[in-house]
Amino acid sequence: MHQTSGPKPVYDYDIVKYFTIGAVVYAIVGFLVGVILALELTFPGLNADIPYITFGRLRPLHTSAVIFAFGGSVLFATSYYIVQRTCRVRLFSDFLSRFTFWGWNLVVVLVVITYPLGLSQGKEYAEPIWPIDLLITVVWVAYFINYVGTLARRQEPHIYVANWFYLAFIITVAMLHIVNNLAIPVNLTDSYPIFSGVQDAMIQWWYGHNAVGFFLTAAFLGLMYYFVPKQAERPVYSYRLSIVHFWALSFMYIWAGPHHLHYTALPDWAGTLGATFSIMLLLPSWGGMINGIMTLSGAWHKLRTDPILRFFIASLSFYGMSTFEGPMMSIKSVNALSHYTDWTIGHVHSGALGWVAMVSFGAIYHMVPRLWGVAIHSTRLINLHFWLATIGVVIYIVAMWISGIMQGLMWRAYDSFGNLSYSFAETVAAMHPYYLIRAIGGIVFLAGALVMAYNVYMTIRGANKG
Amino acid sequence: MQHATIEKSIPLMAIITLVLVSIGGLVEIVPLFFIKGTIEKVEGMRPYTPLELKGRDIYIREGCYNCHSQMIRPFRDEAERYGHYSLAAESMYDHPFQWGSKRTGPDLARIGGKYSNQWHQAHMLRPQNVVPESVMPAYPWLAKNALDYADIDKRLRALSKVGVPYTEEQIGNAKQDLMAQAMTGGDPAGLTKRYGNKVPKDDFDGHPDKITELDALVAYLQMLGTLVDFSGYQAQTR
Repeated sequence: MHQTSGPKPVYDYDIVKYFTIGAVVYAIVGFLVGVILALELTFPGLNADIPYITFGRLRPLHTSAVIFAFGGSVLFATSYYIVQRTCRVRLFSDFLSRFTFWGWNLVVVLVVITYPLGLSQGKEYAEPIWPIDLLITVVWVAYFINYVGTLARRQEPHIYVANWFYLAFIITVAMLHIVNNLAIPVNLTDSYPIFSGVQDAMIQWWYGHNAVGFFLTAAFLGLMYYFVPKQAERPVYSYRLSIVHFWALSFMYIWAGPHHLHYTALPDWAGTLGATFSIMLLLPSWGGMINGIMTLSGAWHKLRTDPILRFFIASLSFYGMSTFEGPMMSIKSVNALSHYTDWTIGHVHSGALGWVAMVSFGAIYHMVPRLWGVAIHSTRLINLHFWLATIGVVIYIVAMWISGIMQGLMWRAYDSFGNLSYSFAETVAAMHPYYLIRAIGGIVFLAGALVMAYNVYMTIRGANKG
Repeated sequence: MQHATIEKSIPLMAIITLVLVSIGGLVEIVPLFFIKGTIEKVEGMRPYTPLELKGRDIYIREGCYNCHSQMIRPFRDEAERYGHYSLAAESMYDHPFQWGSKRTGPDLARIGGKYSNQWHQAHMLRPQNVVPESVMPAYPWLAKNALDYADIDKRLRALSKVGVPYTEEQIGNAKQDLMAQAMTGGDPAGLTKRYGNKVPKDDFDGHPDKITELDALVAYLQMLGTLVDFSGYQAQTR
């Protein structure tokens, strides 16, 4: 499977298999909950007065399932795969590998139980209650030790660029998670954060934006830096560009949080700093996109026949688009219109579905045949998934652009007498068709993930029979 | 230094990364605790009464922040729709803050006093009965569930540890004050003495004989944005 001049390293592929299967399962769970939420906004009362599945309790489950369960599993799988192959050693500790797997999945199970029960810290993307936060911290420390331990035993002098991104992701997420979740417990399930009001808001969005910046961007760029050159069978376009954009991205992303708090009670100076760095972030973001896309130089013809490569290039294109949109939305006058509206939701999904999920699908399709040692069950089904995913994302984000901008304009519209043109309820009613279109986009995207699950299942079944 | 030196050393790589990712947060967060004027000096702010605090806990439990903001921006349309823009001082006792990030429903920063208790009761039972266009789910269980406030004093105590200025007297009388505000006993005069005479005492849920979760939530909603006295407030350049 892997050719080296020395003795063949015995990689731990089992742990990568576990996390890969986890990723496929959680993709479907996360997307399905998203579809249910979209339908709840389209058809109110869909929850049939069941408290456990109201929008307010289910929405955190959707975000946590897609970011931490699906995204997290993809990152564990790919980081363990990449770090072994680029260092040419087995993972540092089989025990720690399995500990991170069972620990992370226990976190997911606890989240799935606690959120519907209404147990929540009430901070976006940081809803898990304090005992779960402690468990996350323990698992994360184990992950760090396992990852760095593997790097330390590497058989290559250089640490490959993909690993820089994963290392930055592990370190930064630890810092963000610990600071943002500092709290005083009341009992086993409830606690109050030690920060309040304006400081809590700043810390929350310092965390929240960098969950995007490091969990959903830096780490997935690491993934991209391994799988795109591998799939294209071409070296990374520019080594120098990867150095510059890695350090620039790491330094700048962390400043961008306050753009979530424009025109709020957060002092202006903080918002201005956040917006300035957000706009500058365009450069390192596009550095990564260019480096990824240009890696295909001389191999563009492969796009015609290789749907996996198509996933990678589409994901990088969505990445480029949403990292242009993001800086634009961080400009105060644009944000005045977009903030609080569906435009933000559309932006997040062009990043999360278009970039994160698509690049993950590519990585899964690349790894599965190599992990199980057989050819993929069906390349045509990969192609079908590609088109379902692409069409689903586009329907979704176009619906949210229209509804978001419309919503923002209706809120601020005045009639010729100087009165507000619309009541809030009228703006809610105007959203209905777009919520329906959004739900359809989500269903199409989910259908693609089901195709992937079938394809992966048949591939594994074929391997076990063979 | 050659970049090769860094990319051959895990400690160098890890430490440089940690330093770089720490700077932005330090510069943006730490000054907020020290710069005077970050939180305005205002008249009228007080910690939540025990009943309001339980209501706020329910607000968080139900994830209301996923669809409702509590942060009015300084724009003409928001001033007309929701009232005076929100001040940092108004959420100084909010652990966690609930500014929100999305308005699927309207902002609630100054919802207090806008509607009657009866409106809120009807709205929570079936939002579409009072706002036909609403996409909000119904919350019929709030009026049915008895409020569990056995540990209310522990909650006040925990909040006092993180800086909310609850007095020993307020913590010691938390249960009494909660019952008094919902008009089911306790000592109303004591509640007024401890939290001021603006605190409404009412049968918030329409069930005079019992204290339900709806009592707590409506009590919370009815006080939102009502504390600060804006008659003497002068906006300062910050």
